[in-house]
Formats: sequence, structure tokens, C-alpha cells
Amino acid sequence: MNTLVEERKQEWEGETQGLAHMLKPGELDLSHGVILYLEDISVSFDGFKALNKLNLAINTGELRCIIGPNGAGKTTMMDVITGKTRPDSGTAFFGQTLDLTRMSEPQIAHAGIGRKFQKPTVFEQLSAFENLELAMKTDKGVWASLLARLSREQGDKIAATLERIRLDKEADRPAGLLSHGQKQWLEIGMLLMQEPRLLLLDEPVAGMTDDETMRTAELFVSLAGQHSLVVVEHDMAFVEALGGKVTVLCEGSVLAEGDLATVQADPRVIEVYLGR
Amino acid sequence: MSSATLSAPAPAGRVPVTLRLASCLERKAWISLGVFLALSLVAVPVLHLLVPPESAFHVSAYAITLIGKIMCYALVAVAMDLIWGYGGILSLGHGLFFALGGYAFGMYLMRGIGRDGSYGSDLPDFMVFLDWKELPWFWLGTDSFGWVALLVLAVPALVAFVFGYFAFRSRIKGVYFSIITQALTYAAMLLFFRNETGFGGNNGFTDFKRILGYDITAPATRVVLFGLTALVLAATLVGSAWLVKSKFGRVLAAIRDAESRVMFIGYNPLGYKLAIWVLSAVLCGIAGALYVPQVGIINPGEMSPANSIEIAIWVAVGGRASLIGPVIGAFTVNLAKSWFTVSFPEYWLFFLGLLFIVVTLYLPQGLVGLWKQLLARKGGTA
Repeated sequence: MNTLVEERKQEWEGETQGLAHMLKPGELDLSHGVILYLEDISVSFDGFKALNKLNLAINTGELRCIIGPNGAGKTTMMDVITGKTRPDSGTAFFGQTLDLTRMSEPQIAHAGIGRKFQKPTVFEQLSAFENLELAMKTDKGVWASLLARLSREQGDKIAATLERIRLDKEADRPAGLLSHGQKQWLEIGMLLMQEPRLLLLDEPVAGMTDDETMRTAELFVSLAGQHSLVVVEHDMAFVEALGGKVTVLCEGSVLAEGDLATVQADPRVIEVYLGR
Repeated sequence: MSSATLSAPAPAGRVPVTLRLASCLERKAWISLGVFLALSLVAVPVLHLLVPPESAFHVSAYAITLIGKIMCYALVAVAMDLIWGYGGILSLGHGLFFALGGYAFGMYLMRGIGRDGSYGSDLPDFMVFLDWKELPWFWLGTDSFGWVALLVLAVPALVAFVFGYFAFRSRIKGVYFSIITQALTYAAMLLFFRNETGFGGNNGFTDFKRILGYDITAPATRVVLFGLTALVLAATLVGSAWLVKSKFGRVLAAIRDAESRVMFIGYNPLGYKLAIWVLSAVLCGIAGALYVPQVGIINPGEMSPANSIEIAIWVAVGGRASLIGPVIGAFTVNLAKSWFTVSFPEYWLFFLGLLFIVVTLYLPQGLVGLWKQLLARKGGTA
């Protein structure tokens, strides 16, 4: 009897049949190809509806741009996903099983959602290398940090990321002394060190030169597939360079969705952008 | 090519603990520490015990008690620097932990008086005076040195843990945290002032006779306590240097500079803050336990809000976020205090206030920062 159960279990773990599959608690389940679901999310601050029944689904490996006028609720949406703000109503799921509305900020970060803020926040007193070291995916408990020693493998990984974000020559400089664009890149590097499944990037090219902007677009395109990315941005040239699906937010809900050309041709979108 | 130019800290395999510890201080710092220990463990005992009092080289009992006391304060200042300079959390209640350690050890010293008190009773004098017939439950076992040594560590740790857990979990920060710690030490002071609390009321504990069977006022005992304090201070400096150079120290600095960022990369600041907070409180407790036998008295005045503020001033004057800074600050301010309170007692508080304003306005990095600036200027013109 028991051996039969064991046999069945092994069968299941080997290969899923149809929609049936084994679930492990706390692990990201992407079996339906969707990494993030937001359903009917509403958030209000003192009567002001920052988000109004927002619906959004992001596919695994997708690169999605979110655009919209100021106050459309883009940053609030990111706050809900990362656990900084609790929605008044609605559901937010990471994969099929992880309920984001019930998880704390560090838990959400551990589950695999990384966030880049509008204003670059790096640890100014620490070097670029140390910034990446702290962000690295590893045991982040107190004891682990007390006894932590960098292995060769981890050192190489940090070096590789520094190269990727073009800061390899600035490894030992305090992050506070980097240029604005470099700080943005460092923060992106910190996100990558966490090996997130989903990256949320809030105006990642703000304050960057055109050249830096285009290089950032290249980096993001190369990340898509391996990671899923949600990019909030005003810079249309940048959005065009990314080339993914575009979602337009307005007054806390989705106004239009599609590729950039379709969205730009939508009369409602033109109304929102030009009517003001 | 670029990865080769990268000067990453050598990620070696296994390095012996002794080597790892050796690398946490610079060569110059190790030498200074060695000189400090040689002076306090060899030179001072010899000059106090063997050189006759008439000699110009004799170190007086007054000097030993004064320096021993200031070393205890320096230990508190280092503990304060760990939480304030490195953790960015300003506590204005560290006097409480110092006093708790002092009171815990004072209980042992009170029991050590035995029947030599004014009333010739087994009970401490103040209990006889209050007409108590037996020891309160929390005095049980305080005649054992081992148990009291445990209390010295455990009581400040427990108080700090419970208070810190609720404060940090509720994300109380900045000036609010400082004010609450100030209220905490004030409340404790009022509690300890009451005779019913069982700690001698406003007189506290005094008239100690012996420690571990040795006469507490004997020159040899004084020298041993002095040396022990120096050892503890040195060990704390080395341990703290290791701590702030570890990844734990870097996470702590990151929490100080951008706490929400730390949370978004997956650290829970609660554990880190609580760890450094409890460690800081325990160090203060140890300092208090070393202070009481040397100074010979502990009373609720140690918990007064002004005392805790003074601790912050030592650290600010010496220089935050450098470990030697608080030691320099504690010595500078306290030596100035012992001179002022003899020469111009009424002006001491004015001077202290002035010092604080000058340091805040012109020396944000304290004396250590000033020294570095002078060195940099000298290097620049040369």
C-alpha cells in the first residue's frame, strides 16, 4: 500500500501529466506561463484612488513597459507588488501560488522579485563591489552574515556583474562618488545579483545620457527571457528600443495594452497624453 | 582584461582564525594596543605597588581609580558607537544598561560585606533599616560570583532584547527612538529611587568590603581591577573591529544609510538591529560591573537622563564610526570634567553644552576627523 504511494509520488515528480503537478510550498510555480497576476487591485490614500480595479498579467520571460501620465498609479502598483503598500481589495499573485498581499518585503524579495527605485538608492558609504556583495543571493540571516566569507565563485560572480554594468574599473570606489548614471547601473547590478525572476524597474534611465540609455535598453533586452521585466518609463525612445508589449495606465487602471505603435494610435491614449 | 584589474578581496579558502583576527586591525593599531596593555598591565602596577609614594614616579591610588573609571566609560562609549556610529541608532538610555550591570555586580559586593555592616546582620544594611526580615527573591544566589557574573550579562541583555524587539519591530526610528530610550532610563531611575524596589533607594549600594574574599580597598586589588578593565577594553576594541569589518558590519552600515533598500534586497533589519543593540547593552553592563568595585558606589543617579546624554557627547566629541574615537572622547571629556569640577564646578555644564555645540557645528567627525583633516592638509602642502 505504502510502496504504491511512493511509486506514484516518484512518477509524479518525474513528469507532470496534464495540468496535475506537485507543488512545493514557498516555491515559485510558473506552470501556467504567467509570473505575475494582479486582479482588481484597489488602493486609496485618504479617499484618493491611486489604483482602481487594476488588472495586469505578466508572462514568464516577458519584457513589459508601463507608461502613463503622472499620478496614474505606476509607483503605487510597484509598491503593492513589493509589499510596501497593502491593497484595499483585489489579489496579487506571484506565479500560481504565492500571495503577495500576505508576504513581507524581505519575503517577497527572497521569493524572487527585485525592485529598482525611481531615485537610485545605493549604499553610499560602501564600495561598488560591497554593494553587489550585499545584494548577492545568499543566506541573509544575522549569523550567516557574521561568519560570511566570500568564496572564489562568489567573487567571480560579482566581478562578472561589475563588468556587465560597466563598473569594473570603479569596483573600489565608494558608491556615493559615482555619477548619476553609474549609480543607476549599480542599482541594476544589485538587482541582478539577487537573481530575481521578476525585475521591477521604476524609471531606470532617468538622468542618463542618450548613449547610456541605449546601452541600458540593450542590457534589458538581453535579460528578457531569462528574467521577466516590468519597466516603468516616460522616455518613448527607450520604450521603443525595448520593443516589448506596452501597457498604458491612467487614473489607476489599464487604459490600453499592445505594441507601442498600436497603443500610440489609440485615440483614448492620445486624449490622455495630449488632452492635458 | 577588466576582471583581472579588479581588486577584489582575495576570496581564499580557509584562513586560520588568528590570521583573520590579526587582519582586522592595522599594524599601527596593534602596536598602540600593545603599548596600552603594557602600560596598564605592567607599568602602572609596578609604579603603584613598588615605587614609594614619595617618588615622583609613583602612581597614586587617586589616579588609578580615575583612569580605571574612565576606562569603564570608554567601554560604554565604544558600545554606544557600535549602535550609533555604525548602526545609526541614537540611544539616549545607555546609562540604564550601565547601571543594571553595576547594580547586578553591586548585589554581590553587598552580600560580600557579610556581618561587617553597621547592624552586624546577614542582610545588607538598608534592608535592616527598612525592617525586612529576609532577602527578597531576586537577591537569592547573589552571594555566588558565578551567578552574579551571569546576571551582569543577562539582565541588560534581556531588558535590551525585550525593549529593542518591540521598538524595532514597530519601526520606531530616529528622534522618536532616542526619546523613548530617554524615558526608559528615567522611569528606571524613579523605580530604583523607591526603597520598596529593594536596591537601596536613593543611597544605592556602597561601603563594599571585599571582592572574591580580597580586601576591595587593598592596592593589589585595585591594580587587578584596573588591569582587568584595560584587558576588557582592549578585547572589546579588537572584537568590535572584527565585527564592523565583517559582512554583518557592512549590512549594518547599509541599514544606517538606506534601510528600505536593505529590505528590498532581502535582509530583515530587525535581527541586525536587535543583535547590535543587545551586544551594545551587554558591553555597557560589563562596564558597569567593572565600575562599581573601583568607584565603590552605585546609585540611581547613574540612570539620570543627563548621564545618558553625556555618553552620546563622548562619542560625538571623539568621532563617530571610528572605534578609537569614542575612547579618545571619553578620556577627553572626563579628564576635562574632573579638572573643571574641582576648579570651576559651577561652569562644568556650560562647558559641556558649549563643547557639544562646537562639535556638532564644526567637527561632525569629532577629534578623529579633525586629526585626519590636519594630516591631509599637511600632506597636501608638503
